[in-house]
Amino acid sequence: MTELDNAKLVWMYRHMLRIREFEERVKRSFEEHPGVIRGHTHLADGAEASIVGSLAAIQQGDQILTTYRCHGYPLVLGTDPKAIMAEIYGRRDGLCGGYGGSMHLCDPGRGFLGTSGIVGQGIPQATGAAYAAQIRGQGQVVLGFFGDGATKQGAFSESLNIASLWKLPIVFVLENNSYNVVTRVEQEDANAAAGEPLSVKAKAFSMPGVTVDGGDPVRVHDTVADAVARARSGAGPTLVESLVYRLSAHGNLIAPPGVPLHFPEHEAVEVFGNLAEFEAAKRNDPVPRFRGRLVTDGVLAPDQADQIGAQVREEMQAAVDFALASPYPAADAALNYVYA
Amino acid sequence: MARELPYIAAINEAIRLEMARDDTVLYYGQNIATTENDEFVQAFGHDRVRVTPISETAEIGMAVGAALAGYRPVVELYMAEFMLVAMDQVVNEAPRMRYMSGGRVTVPLVLKAGYGFTAGWSGQHTGSIYAMFTGVPGLKVALPATPADAKGLMATAIRDDNPVCFFHHYLLTLEPGEVPEGEYLVPFGQAAIRRTGGDVTIVATGWMVGKALAAAAALAAEGIDAEVVDPRTIQPLDTDTILASVAKTGHVVLVDQATRHGSASAIIAAEIAERGFSSLRAAVTQVTALDATIPYSEPMEAFVLPDEAKIVGAVRGVLGTAPVS
Repeated sequence: MTELDNAKLVWMYRHMLRIREFEERVKRSFEEHPGVIRGHTHLADGAEASIVGSLAAIQQGDQILTTYRCHGYPLVLGTDPKAIMAEIYGRRDGLCGGYGGSMHLCDPGRGFLGTSGIVGQGIPQATGAAYAAQIRGQGQVVLGFFGDGATKQGAFSESLNIASLWKLPIVFVLENNSYNVVTRVEQEDANAAAGEPLSVKAKAFSMPGVTVDGGDPVRVHDTVADAVARARSGAGPTLVESLVYRLSAHGNLIAPPGVPLHFPEHEAVEVFGNLAEFEAAKRNDPVPRFRGRLVTDGVLAPDQADQIGAQVREEMQAAVDFALASPYPAADAALNYVYA
Repeated sequence: MARELPYIAAINEAIRLEMARDDTVLYYGQNIATTENDEFVQAFGHDRVRVTPISETAEIGMAVGAALAGYRPVVELYMAEFMLVAMDQVVNEAPRMRYMSGGRVTVPLVLKAGYGFTAGWSGQHTGSIYAMFTGVPGLKVALPATPADAKGLMATAIRDDNPVCFFHHYLLTLEPGEVPEGEYLVPFGQAAIRRTGGDVTIVATGWMVGKALAAAAALAAEGIDAEVVDPRTIQPLDTDTILASVAKTGHVVLVDQATRHGSASAIIAAEIAERGFSSLRAAVTQVTALDATIPYSEPMEAFVLPDEAKIVGAVRGVLGTAPVS
């Protein structure tokens, strides 16, 4: 168990709030600035504690690869939210110049090597980065983030097998939010259907598998930190199942041009009519939960927490303003970067 | 100094030289490096040379990740068809990363795969599927026809900062040829003129280059002077050299072991139609595999494949000379 000092706990809270506020501003953009976000956008609200807790466990030089639900990670790693929002708005000053959009953020200088928009396909890529880290021999560790749906892909099984066989320095962070789009995990996962956690999959690959409350950043941190230490020591990979509940629908409405894009209700409500589940998840929202805990424990005074909230709101307002003011890329820039 | 080497030895020499030159070059895949006697293991050790499980998605996906992290993996895939198991990584991951990042990352890797094993390997191990990769912006595709090119194109592929599909032809595996010693690079996008001639341009790749040269020799006996052009890489494609030859001859026969609509020939034909139309004195003719899965039985296999006689017949056709019965 790692001891996190108060400054680190407040740091965690600030970053959780930053992710939440950023995602709220993305979501609000559909109403406030219709048309500026195109295609498909996926939000991390509900997963803040898991993201921040995981990233609090790594150090300079470590690397991550993630899924298309990717806005939160770079915010924690130090990427400017202005550049992220501008990317999501398709602008010239976007993190990737408007070439990638919401699903394809990357910031290699900060260790964020990229994403795959195809479910499960980032897992072998993270494993390959871990192979590179092993050869480089400088003690780097890779975190590979993916969802519950991805564990049904062959890419998952193939990668965990090799990672364990080669004792690669990687932690597989399985963010289980109980839904693959609109399919509940019990409908598609044999372990879940049998009432077992998804972390039991690790057994098939002779590596440790643990399940953690992904709504508690300290527990996530401690669990991932143990796995990171194991990876850094050369003992090999760990599968960490982090139980999260995404508080928004899978993504914005998939609709043909002409239909205004927006976020529908969460699938628990919209598809399954299970308002009770969704309301319970909202009552258990990790962001206010962590704030309450820090205040109760005397780590954070309420006015200090409010102050952080005001700062974060201001920061994300500036990100929206920046993104709106950024010009679109020149159309013929579309032919740049096809080949190196 | 050049000396004779088989095609496969030339490829291995290129990998070995590049691994010695640059310690970020990795070589891994199925059924290699399984003992300490392996020449690559002996030279470079198990960090950089590894046997993998039969897991193409992981092998190629890991190559993408290792490339993102600064290495240059060469993945031994044995057969081109095995890439189909991992099509997402080949088509929708490796070549997209640089673009989607706005140039912030590069993905230098080589997918080494044999193709066209039309020696009774039947329907699933004989395909000439290279052309499907030429339609993927971000991928490069090399098709060496000679041992020298096999070495030079592999070395270039390893040094290239993009994902490269390196397709070597299985029926050329033991073909000997002159191969330069030491560092030898064949640039991508530069066709080789294998035979000069003024009457007709024959464009052929891989195993078909030899068939085209044999056809050209037979045609020479009839007084027909054929030029044989080998593009060597089909992405990038040296359209200029092909068009210059067509401007000279006015007649074109395109030879390709792939099926007609899945061939590099179809792409070359379109380029000639658009940019070389005024040079043409006859319609472009394609000699490709017939549109069938490659059959097992020998007479049927031979029936669907391009060969010397079909190329000779096509040349006579475009030149309007009387076919010989």
